[in-house]
Amino acid sequence: MAGRAVSLSSKTGIGAAALVVVLILGALLAVLSRAEVGSGLGRADWAAIRFTVWQAFLSALISTVLAIPVARALARRRFPGRGLLVTLLGAPFILPVIVAVLGLLTVFGRGGWVNQGLDALGLPTLSIYGLHGVVLAHVFFNLPLATRLILQGWHSIPAERFRLAAQLRLTPRATFRTLEWPMLRQVVPGIAALIFVICLTSFAVALTLGGGPRATTIELAIYQAFRFDFDLSRAALLSVVQLIVAGGAAVVALWIIPQVSIGGGLDRPVQRWDARRGLQRAMDAGVIALAAAFLLLPLAAVVWRGVNGLPLLPVSVWQAAGMSVFVAVISVGVLLALALPMAGWIATRRAGGVEAIGLLGLSASPLMIGTGWFILVNPVINPADVALPVTALVNAMMALPFCLRIIVPRLRETVQDYGRLAQTLGVTGWPLWRIVILPRMRGQLGFATGLTAALSIGDLGVITLFADQERVTLPLQMYRLMGSYQMDAAAGAALLLLVLALGVFWLCDKGGRGDAEA
Amino acid sequence: MKYLALGAATFLIAQTAPPSAAYAETPELTVYTYDSFVAEWGPGPQIEAAFEETCGCDLKFVGMGDGAALLARLKLEGARSEADVVLGLDTSLIAAAKDTGLFTETQVSADYALPIEWTDSTFAPYDWGYFAFVHNTDLTPPATFKALAASDLKIVIQDPRSSTPGLGLLMWVKDAYGDEAESIWAGLADNIVTVTKGWSEAYGLFLEGEADMVLSYTTSPAYHIIAEEDDSKAAAVFDEGHYMQIEVAGRLAGSDQPELAADFLNFMVSDAAQSILPTTNWMYPAVMPSGGLPEGFEALVKPEKARLVDSALVPAIRDEALEEWLAALSR
Repeated sequence: MAGRAVSLSSKTGIGAAALVVVLILGALLAVLSRAEVGSGLGRADWAAIRFTVWQAFLSALISTVLAIPVARALARRRFPGRGLLVTLLGAPFILPVIVAVLGLLTVFGRGGWVNQGLDALGLPTLSIYGLHGVVLAHVFFNLPLATRLILQGWHSIPAERFRLAAQLRLTPRATFRTLEWPMLRQVVPGIAALIFVICLTSFAVALTLGGGPRATTIELAIYQAFRFDFDLSRAALLSVVQLIVAGGAAVVALWIIPQVSIGGGLDRPVQRWDARRGLQRAMDAGVIALAAAFLLLPLAAVVWRGVNGLPLLPVSVWQAAGMSVFVAVISVGVLLALALPMAGWIATRRAGGVEAIGLLGLSASPLMIGTGWFILVNPVINPADVALPVTALVNAMMALPFCLRIIVPRLRETVQDYGRLAQTLGVTGWPLWRIVILPRMRGQLGFATGLTAALSIGDLGVITLFADQERVTLPLQMYRLMGSYQMDAAAGAALLLLVLALGVFWLCDKGGRGDAEA
Repeated sequence: MKYLALGAATFLIAQTAPPSAAYAETPELTVYTYDSFVAEWGPGPQIEAAFEETCGCDLKFVGMGDGAALLARLKLEGARSEADVVLGLDTSLIAAAKDTGLFTETQVSADYALPIEWTDSTFAPYDWGYFAFVHNTDLTPPATFKALAASDLKIVIQDPRSSTPGLGLLMWVKDAYGDEAESIWAGLADNIVTVTKGWSEAYGLFLEGEADMVLSYTTSPAYHIIAEEDDSKAAAVFDEGHYMQIEVAGRLAGSDQPELAADFLNFMVSDAAQSILPTTNWMYPAVMPSGGLPEGFEALVKPEKARLVDSALVPAIRDEALEEWLAALSR
């Protein structure tokens, strides 16, 4: 590709990226400004750093590797319920940690379904607690996300290529090598980096399923520094470590992504002539069934636990649900304002290093961001008054890397394939977005906004620092119910949360997909 | 959509409108407390109604996390805090709270029903409980930490680095065993199914059947007996005695409503407030209400020995005990 194919304005993109950097660095500096000389990093901290990186690496590797066959099977097969399954792939990811953990334990726990089955067969039971439990939970959260993102990659291969492959009588293996492998090389590293960064900030999952202080993560050390020791310098130091590790992973992953274009097509629905033989069909069916069971059983447990609690829900929970939806709507608005210009900027550049900035937003500890901005805002206004804008902004920032991952590949393709034509015709600026880019990105935008809205509804990040009585969100209300022994009502609230989050996700995603496929 | 509109309206008002004169006429008392206190079933709503009947003021509870989170928030806000009263610290946090210099002394006179004598003049206790392992009644519980360590019973505990009950257990073992504490923890290591971030997660896991016992309070079974008419839960009595959690409230020196804040602290030990707490916060009242304890509390076990480390000594002992805990459980 000679030079830049198209001139998307980079100013707004740079502005959006700068805003993210300012949000993170501002918080960090604010925390440091209040820090006294602290204790530095001890032996326990280094152990936590090692454990954190190792579990995140394993989780990312396993989630991504397992997602490839699942996505391939879903890309090749059409069956009743496929659309629903693809939507449900978004579900584990948006559940609050404790809900997902209890769901997983209903299936894999000491007295869970799996162990009941093993026991009935006279086999020894399994313990979920340990490093394998942490990785299992992270795979439960992230395998579906990885599958969705890789599936999107598969759908980006134009139908004409598969037709050509069929006409040339390419074997499934040759088809994989010529069409699918180049796509995977482009898509998979970014996804793995994303999951690595998500797992880097894990705290409650790692602690609960890790079985004790051996499974201490950096985020737990940050929590302890803020909450119990009020050692702000140590908190800031640990936050910096988190940012460096995440930033490093992002740069490595984005650096190895090759720059190849698969080329444009006519946007026809894909028909697959390969992989029609019985063995391949059976294998695909098996992969889909296994993945669906792994995903749906814990979700079924959440539903099963929650149904009895629904009638117990007090009015305050419904109010909190309204507040959560409201925050989600603002978050989506903020997200689009950040993600589109940034994606436009990234897509027209050769190197993908800029996307690392997006990942930084995710790797920054929410507690650090919240505390930092609390310190900055508090002298000027009552933090409760800005609870909603701050929450929406931070939610959007957390969702930004996912959305960039969703949007950028498609946008890059569009720019490469249509950019020169658009430039020849003198289509630039907003008309370029309106006529050429946005219509081709409908599916991606639907997915991205749906994910942001759902994530925002399930989030329990900064709101805990800023909220007062009138601005309570659904996850916070759910935790309060649990704290007052109301476990049944809390399970009901969790179910409501699941339904709401999936509902908004489905709405956005469906709107984006239209009648076409994912 | 109604709530959405309501949310939007609240948000817009909060953004644009300055506090109107009408509001300014009623004094507002801001009380920072932990999350579960202000929840629907917590004591917050009833306490608020009862205090507002007599105070001629607007009582505003602000809930945030747990006791440790409260203190962290206060340190962040410093002297600019809008809080008049902080309710929900416990004896482990008193030393750190006093170190901030943000609190002031309050005259609270009450005939406390605590197992120990209360002498602190900055903080006034409002309820208390014994930490204990809660189990299902079909299980014969061990009577000491050593017996627990020798058994193959599974327990769930909270992390002392992120939760106040977790810290309570740490102090309990350290107070009972001193230099032997580390070996007690080493013995318990294979009994601990897992360590959770907070009380809710641990109790949730126990109710799910993930463990035989969970670290909670001797008063926890009262919830199941009274609210759920379920007498299948009990607390195990340990011969070492039980560490106490005494929950306290204090007022801030920078409060713009000092008299109202003092009134509120006195109200918290009055009959009206004390009779609300047992069945909403599921703890023992700091002062025995005139009606006595609610029915169901008589079924609870009563430890013979109460343990509590002097609050001034807590920080140093905590650091040492935490090192031992980490060393014993990280092997």
